[in-house]
Amino acid sequence: MSAGTAASRAASKAAPGDASTAAGKVAPEHVTHEHVTHEHAAHEHAAPENAAPGNAATATYREAMREAIREALRRDDRVFLMGEDVGAYGGCFAVSLGLLEEFGPERVRDTPLSEAGFVGAGIGAALGGMRPIVEIMTVNFSLLALDQIVNNAATLLHMSGGQFNVPLVIRMTTGAGRQLAAQHSHSFEGWYAHIPGLRILAPATTEDARGMLWPALEDPDPVLIFEHGSLYGVPGPLGSGPVDITSAALRRSGADVTLIAYGGTTPKALAAADALAAEGVEADVIDLRVLRPLDDATIMESVGRTHRAVIVDEGWRSGGLSAEIGARIAEHAFYELDAPIQRVCAAEVPIPYARHLEEAALPQVPSIVAAARETVTS
Amino acid sequence: MKGTERGEFLMPSLGADMESGTVAEWLVKPGDQIRRGDAIAVIDTDKAMIEAESFHTGTVESLLVETGHRVPVGTPLAVIAAVPPHAAGPRARVASPLARTLAARLGVDLSAVHGTGRAGTIRAEDVREAAERETTTRETAARGVEPRPRERPRRTAPGPAEARPQPDHDWERRQETMRQAIARAMARSKREIPHYYLSTTVDMSAALSWLRERNRDLPVSGRLLPAAVLLKAAARAATEVPRLNGFWVDDAFVPGEAVHLGVAVSLKDGGLIAPALHDAACRELDDLMAALKDLVSRARTGRLRSAEMTEATITVTNLGDQGVESVHGVIYPPQVALVGFGKILDRPWAVDGLLGVRPVVTVTLAADHRATDGYTGARFLCTVDRLLNHPETL
Repeated sequence: MSAGTAASRAASKAAPGDASTAAGKVAPEHVTHEHVTHEHAAHEHAAPENAAPGNAATATYREAMREAIREALRRDDRVFLMGEDVGAYGGCFAVSLGLLEEFGPERVRDTPLSEAGFVGAGIGAALGGMRPIVEIMTVNFSLLALDQIVNNAATLLHMSGGQFNVPLVIRMTTGAGRQLAAQHSHSFEGWYAHIPGLRILAPATTEDARGMLWPALEDPDPVLIFEHGSLYGVPGPLGSGPVDITSAALRRSGADVTLIAYGGTTPKALAAADALAAEGVEADVIDLRVLRPLDDATIMESVGRTHRAVIVDEGWRSGGLSAEIGARIAEHAFYELDAPIQRVCAAEVPIPYARHLEEAALPQVPSIVAAARETVTS
Repeated sequence: MKGTERGEFLMPSLGADMESGTVAEWLVKPGDQIRRGDAIAVIDTDKAMIEAESFHTGTVESLLVETGHRVPVGTPLAVIAAVPPHAAGPRARVASPLARTLAARLGVDLSAVHGTGRAGTIRAEDVREAAERETTTRETAARGVEPRPRERPRRTAPGPAEARPQPDHDWERRQETMRQAIARAMARSKREIPHYYLSTTVDMSAALSWLRERNRDLPVSGRLLPAAVLLKAAARAATEVPRLNGFWVDDAFVPGEAVHLGVAVSLKDGGLIAPALHDAACRELDDLMAALKDLVSRARTGRLRSAEMTEATITVTNLGDQGVESVHGVIYPPQVALVGFGKILDRPWAVDGLLGVRPVVTVTLAADHRATDGYTGARFLCTVDRLLNHPETL
């Protein structure tokens, strides 16, 4: 099934010549690309491309990610970036814009439209001593490479009796909210978080966008980085460099309820906490940052103080990451709970294209506020 | 809860003389499922502790008046959502895991904790509050404060009802206020109701010998007392003479739907109360006897229900126990008649030209002359006489 889908998709995208490859993209991505390219260009005028941002500097999430890649490329010769349109086109979401010009085609490599192929190539390169950064356009397309990721990258260390590490980093866009419809908007990071042998990261801030890549490359085992598409244009402090990739972060402190979020839902949880504070309900907001292995200690410490938990997950509720977190709370903090755990997840439908339907399908600030309110009143 | 209809449970009027009442105890808590007719609060009416019943079926949403507060009749006491949020049957008492943990640590009995969460769920703060209350109580005791005797002495064997936390009230004050309540009702009766009085003496030999026959093979607990026969006769007579069974309201007679026989029960500590035996005319004697026992026992332990306090259509007073021969009663407004039975005494009695000794009872009727005339009253007493002479028809 996967092969057939890949073949037909590749055929539909196949077009002669580099320039028309981009034009042959499915429409939503193309629109997005043009949009972000304009936005990006405006930023570049204000801040020259090669200016190394300091600690106090601010940048968009996209720029922070680009800076992280640039730093890695500079720092370690074994590092290279590959993926669909990451070179001449500057990346479908413009993350790698300018890197081809800066580092050349050896280190910023456009690949054919074949996720299984180039992810497999990345695994091979990693086994061969390189430190590849593989970009997959969206998490939906990563399913074409699921076999490589799950059956090879995640297992080789074990199957080789500890002889072969796979020091591979795969970056991909996840999440909805940009009217890219059901083939570009899903949140499958919870599926990957199910797989032993993988480390799953979900940077929600510009500091994490910049700081997580280097430690991910230093990790001898495969690391997947999920970049929520709605975050690319969000500005923030650039931070000072590498950050830990083991722990969750408490983004806000409050005594009444714990809001657990990650990636794209983190800003929504923080906004919900603001709204709740206006009602007199103080919320802890945990940004999970690392979806595998989960930082149980931070979650349990918080729930132990607030006795109430709301899990916000853009993935679906059934069998999702929110279910896993809820189960862990029930396992480790059951006697601390003073109210049933609440979950705010995506509606159990393929993410709709229409703006109003898409908004209705996703966790939103009012639904998070309502769930938190439920825990403090029930 | 969208579209849920809500009803209010109001401070009931548990008697014509009642102007206000005190919530002595809540028998429900928010989240409890109740049916129409369930007792949901104990109301201290000054005359008695009455279990007030709900007119609504649904879920108790909130309690509006705390125990110990006196409020006028008609004040909303609780909100009842007509449609239960959980359609499934009544929920068990639910406490959050943290509440259970805390309760164990603090030594709090969860069954005595009032839950404030959804559907009455007990949450941690409820347990903490209960623990604090307990500490305060203990400290008060430790300071050597002599606890006042709050409870009236119990006369009946402790039943399930006794296990409930008892309301906090001063018995002596209660005696006084009950006296005042009786004073108000009786003064109103004598002020407003033009009483007329009739009296007749009934030969009880047929009734008593019938009772003896009937009781011969029965265990003591199953035996009928003459009081049951007298009450049944009065109730049956009231169905035959319905103009005496009902209320005088707004210058007009309103007939009672059935005969709910008010039974005057004197409380041993003083005071008087006349709760109703519902449908007394239609009940079998055994049933009536059991109901009477239950009613008297509950009247004396202060556990009557509001329907029993408000729905009597005619009242019977029986001072025979005290040895008096007759009683000319004061009608309990807005009823229109009061039947009195004296002691059953052996008296010389002429039958068919011969003098014999017969057990007799003097039956009296006090009736409201606005509602009936002596002719009606006389028919009533004659009916009682006829029924008591044919006990097998009762």
